[in-house]
Amino acid sequence: MAQSAEHVLDHLELFRGPEYQQMLDKKKMFEDPREPAEVERIKEWTKTPEYREKNFAREALTVNPAKACQPLGAVFASVGFEGTLPFVHGSQGCVAYYRSHLSRHFKEPSSCVSSSMTEDAAVFGGLNNMIDGLANSYNMYKPKMIAVSTTCMAEVIGDDLNAFIKTSKEKGSVPAEFDVPFAHTPAFVGSHVTGYDNALKGILEHFWDGKAGTAPKLDRRPNQAINIIGGFDGYTVGNLREIKRILELMGIQHTILADNSEVFDTPTDGEFRMYDGGTTLEDAANAIHAKATISMQEWCTEKTLPFVAEHGQDVVSFNYPIGISATDDLLVALSRIAGKDIPEQLARERGRLVDAIADSSAHIHGKKFAIYGDPDLCYGVAAFLLELGAEPTHVLSTNGNKAWQTKMAALLASSPFGQGCQVYPGRDLWHMRSLLFTEPVDFLIGNTYGKYLERDTGTPLIRIGFPVFDRHHHHRSPIWGYQGGLNVLVKILDKIFDEIDKKTNLLGKTDYSFDIIR
Amino acid sequence: MSLATTQSIADIRARNKQLIEEVLKVYPEKTAKRRAKHLNVHQAGKSDCGVKSNIKSIPGVMTIRGCAYAGSKGVVWGPIKDMVHISHGPVGCGQYSWGSRRNYYVGTTGIDSFVTLQFTSDFQEKDIVFGGDKKLVKVLDEIQELFPLNNGITIQSECPIGLIGDDIEAVSRAKSKEYGGKTIVPVRCEGFRGVSQSLGHHIANDAVRDWIFDKFAPDGAPKFEPTPYDVAIIGDYNIGGDAWSSRILLEEMGLRVIAQWSGDGSLAELEATPKAKLNLLHCYRSMNYISRHMEEKFGIPWCEYNFFGPSKIAESLRKIAAYFDDKIKEGAERVIEKYQPLVNAVVAKYRPRLQGRTVMLYVGGLRPRHVIGAYEDLGMEVVGTGYEFGHNDDYQRTAQNYVKDSTLIYDDVNGYEFERFVEKIKPDLIGSGIKEKYVFQKMGVPFRQMHSWDYSGPYHGYDGFAIFARDMDMAVNSPVWKKTKAPWKETPRAKLLAAE
Repeated sequence: MAQSAEHVLDHLELFRGPEYQQMLDKKKMFEDPREPAEVERIKEWTKTPEYREKNFAREALTVNPAKACQPLGAVFASVGFEGTLPFVHGSQGCVAYYRSHLSRHFKEPSSCVSSSMTEDAAVFGGLNNMIDGLANSYNMYKPKMIAVSTTCMAEVIGDDLNAFIKTSKEKGSVPAEFDVPFAHTPAFVGSHVTGYDNALKGILEHFWDGKAGTAPKLDRRPNQAINIIGGFDGYTVGNLREIKRILELMGIQHTILADNSEVFDTPTDGEFRMYDGGTTLEDAANAIHAKATISMQEWCTEKTLPFVAEHGQDVVSFNYPIGISATDDLLVALSRIAGKDIPEQLARERGRLVDAIADSSAHIHGKKFAIYGDPDLCYGVAAFLLELGAEPTHVLSTNGNKAWQTKMAALLASSPFGQGCQVYPGRDLWHMRSLLFTEPVDFLIGNTYGKYLERDTGTPLIRIGFPVFDRHHHHRSPIWGYQGGLNVLVKILDKIFDEIDKKTNLLGKTDYSFDIIR
Repeated sequence: MSLATTQSIADIRARNKQLIEEVLKVYPEKTAKRRAKHLNVHQAGKSDCGVKSNIKSIPGVMTIRGCAYAGSKGVVWGPIKDMVHISHGPVGCGQYSWGSRRNYYVGTTGIDSFVTLQFTSDFQEKDIVFGGDKKLVKVLDEIQELFPLNNGITIQSECPIGLIGDDIEAVSRAKSKEYGGKTIVPVRCEGFRGVSQSLGHHIANDAVRDWIFDKFAPDGAPKFEPTPYDVAIIGDYNIGGDAWSSRILLEEMGLRVIAQWSGDGSLAELEATPKAKLNLLHCYRSMNYISRHMEEKFGIPWCEYNFFGPSKIAESLRKIAAYFDDKIKEGAERVIEKYQPLVNAVVAKYRPRLQGRTVMLYVGGLRPRHVIGAYEDLGMEVVGTGYEFGHNDDYQRTAQNYVKDSTLIYDDVNGYEFERFVEKIKPDLIGSGIKEKYVFQKMGVPFRQMHSWDYSGPYHGYDGFAIFARDMDMAVNSPVWKKTKAPWKETPRAKLLAAE
C-alpha cells in the first residue's frame, strides 16, 4: 500500500505504483482492446501526409474546434454594463455551461439566469417563461438592467424577444421603464464573437434608438469623447485596464463600452459582488454623442461598428493590437481623432519594448510558430511575431471567415518573415494536429486545449487565448499596448528558454550547452 | 465560527425555519409558493426530507442545474473510452463539456480512445433549415475513415435535433448495417427534455438497454471464463480515478470486476455486464435504471454501496460480501483490517484540525448524502444539504441513513437562496460546484468543488479518504482565510450586495 497519512498521494502519483498498475493491466482483458501493434500503426498513420489529406477533406465532422457559441459572447458583453444581469432565453443547461466556462477561465463568479424552457415551452413557445423569469430575476437580484439573449432552442422555435419582452412588461414582470435590451443569438450562426457583437449592438440600439419603441430616439449631440469596444477577450481584465490607463495618460475623454474588467476581477474581502464596475447605463446612452468609436477587435464588431457609424460617428477598428506597430497605430489613431498629443511616457514605454526585443530577438528570430484562436487574436499575435523576426507558419481560426483569411494573407505578404505561412479559416485543432506533424514548427500559440497538441506532436505550447483553464491569473495582466507586448514577449521567451534548458540538461551528454547566461 | 455547535437542536430548527421564511419573502407570490415546497428543516424520524423534488426549475432564479444532454453525454456516455461520442447540433454544448469532468481513462487518445476529444456536427443555419440527417451520415463516414479503431459511436442530441424532426434512429440503423453491425447509438438527450440532468441519465440508460443489450446476445459465448465472483461497478465515473481506488478494494476482497460503468469503461464491458453475479451501484441516481433492468431481464441483483470515508466503506464492504460465500466475507474483513492503520493515521492527523467544523453541501447525484459519512469520520458536521437533480427516493435515503435532526434541506437551490443560507449559517466549509466556488470564497468561506474534487482526487476508497481528508484540511485551515480583512477595516460580515 503506497498511501500514507504523512505523505498523501493523489492522482498525480497514486496510480503509478505496482498495485494499481497490475490492477489496470488485468482490467484490459475485459476491455477487448485493439492489438498494440495496430494502435501503433494507426498512430503513425495519423502523422502522415496521406492522413492529412483525408483529414482536410472532411466536410461534415468537426473535431476539437477552437470556438464556442453565440450566447457565451452575449453573456460576456452583457456583464460589462453596470448592474446588468444576463438573461438567456431557452434551455437552462446552456446557462450552466456559460457560467462554468467563464468561471473556469477567470476563476471568478459568473452570474447569469435562464428562462428554463422545457418540452412544453418547445410546443407552446417560451412566453410564460419570459414573463415569470423576468419577474423573478428582477425581484431576486435587483439588477439595473436585464440583457436578454437566446439559446438555439428558442431560436429554432422562433420566439420573438421584442414581443415577449413587451408582453412581460405589460404583465408587470418589470416596470415599463426598466431597461431590457435584447439580441437574438442563435448558436448555429457564427461563434461567441458573433454573440458578443449581437448583444452589444442590441444594448446600444436599445439606448440610442428609442428602447424598442417605448422612448424617443436619442439625438446625437457630438462631443469630444471616444468610445472603446474591447471585444470578446480572455484578457479583458488586464487589457481594458491598460487601455484606460493609456487614454488617461493622453487625457482623452472616453467611455469603455461593455467594461467587464471589474466584474471578472473582484476582491476577496468578505463580500460577494454580483455586479461590479461596468459601463453605466447613462454612459451607454450618452455614448451616442461620442466623436468616434474604436473597436479593438474588428471581427467582434462586424455589426456593431456599422450601426455606430450610421449614427454619425467615426469608427475605427483594430485587430487585437499586440506589439510595437499595432500599438503605434492605435496611439496615432487616438491622437488624430481626439486631437491630443501622445505623451512622452508612452514614447518611453515604447522604447522599453523595443529595447526588450533588441535584447532578446536572437532567441526568437527565425523560430517557426503555429497560432490558433479567435480571428483578431490570431492577427494580433501574428503581427507581433513578424516584428520579432519569428516566422508564423500556420495560422488557424475555426471562427475565421474568408475576409479574415484575405486580411491575414495581406499581413503575412507584407513581411519577409510571413512568406512561408498558410492561413486556415474554418479549420479545427484536429486539422492543426496534421499540420504540426507534416510541417512541424518550433512553438504553438493557443488556448488550454493546445496541450493535447503539445502532448501528441511534441510542439511546446505557449498559452495565449481563451479559454485558459490550466494556468492561473494571466488574464489579469494586459497583452495589448507596449506594456502588454512586453508581457507577451516574456511569455514567449520563458517557453523558449525552458525548452533550450530541457534539451541541454542531460548530465555528461548535452549539458555543455546548459548555460547559465542566455 | 459555527453557530451550530453552541446551539440546541431546537434553536437550530427555529433559526432554519426562520431562514426559509426570510428567503421566500424576496419572491413574487407564485414563485414563493413553488419554492416553499423545496425547502425544509429535517425532522428526525421522518422517512424523507419533506421537500418536493425533480420538478421544473423556475425561470429566472439562477438555478444551478444543467440539462439532459449534460446527463447523457457529460455523465453517462462520455466516459466510455473506446466509442466516439458526437455532440450532435451546434458547437457550444460539446465545447463547454469538453474534458471538464475529469473522467480518467487509460488509452491512446485519438487512436483507440476518445474521451477528451470534442466531436461535433457543428450545426449551421442550413442544417437547421434543411435537417441534419445528411450531415450526420457524412459525420459518421468521416469518423470511420479518420478514427478507424473506434469500437462504436454514440449520437448525443442537442436541443435542435428533436425540434427539427431529424430521424437519427434511422440514420443509425442504416449506417450500422452498412458497417457490418457496428454499434451506433442514437441518444435523444436534447437539453430541453425533462427538468435537469436527471432525465438525461435515464435516457442514456435506456439507450444502453435498447441499442447495446438488445442488439448483443447476452446468452452468447462469454469472451472470458466466468467466475462466481464476477461483479460490475455501476455509476462510478472515475473522476480523478475514483473507480480505480474502488476497484482495488473489491479485487483485494476476492471479487472480480468485469465492467466499469462508465469511468474508464469500454463497449466490451457494457456488453459483458449481463454476465455479472452482482451489480454494485454507487451513483444510484444516474444508473438505477439500468440496474433495475438487468435485475428484471437477467436476474442480476444490485447492491447500493458507499465508498466515501472508512465507516461507510467498511459497512459497504460487509454488505457486498454478504451476497457471497465465506471466502469473500473473510476477504472483506481482511481488507478492512489491512487499511485500518491508514485510516487511524489519517484520522489522527486530520480530525483534530477539523473536529466540530460545519459543512454545507449542494451537489448532484449521490454526493449530497454519500459524502456525509466521510465528513463525520473527520469529526465534521453537515448542517445543510441539497440535490441539484435528486428525486424523492434520494431524499428518502438521505433522511433514513444520513442527515441529522434539524439539517437544512434545499432542493434545486438557486444562487440567491444558497448565498442567503450561507450568510446566516456561516459554515466552516462549503462543498458545491464551480459556479458556486468563487461566490463563497469572495465571502471568505472555504470551499471545495465536490463535482470535480477541485482537480484533486480520487476520493473513493481508503486511498481516496486520505486525499479527501488532506483536501478538506487545506481548504478549512488555509492561512488565506485569515487575511480577507484589511487590518484597518472592521471585521467583514459576509453579505450580498445584489440582493440587499
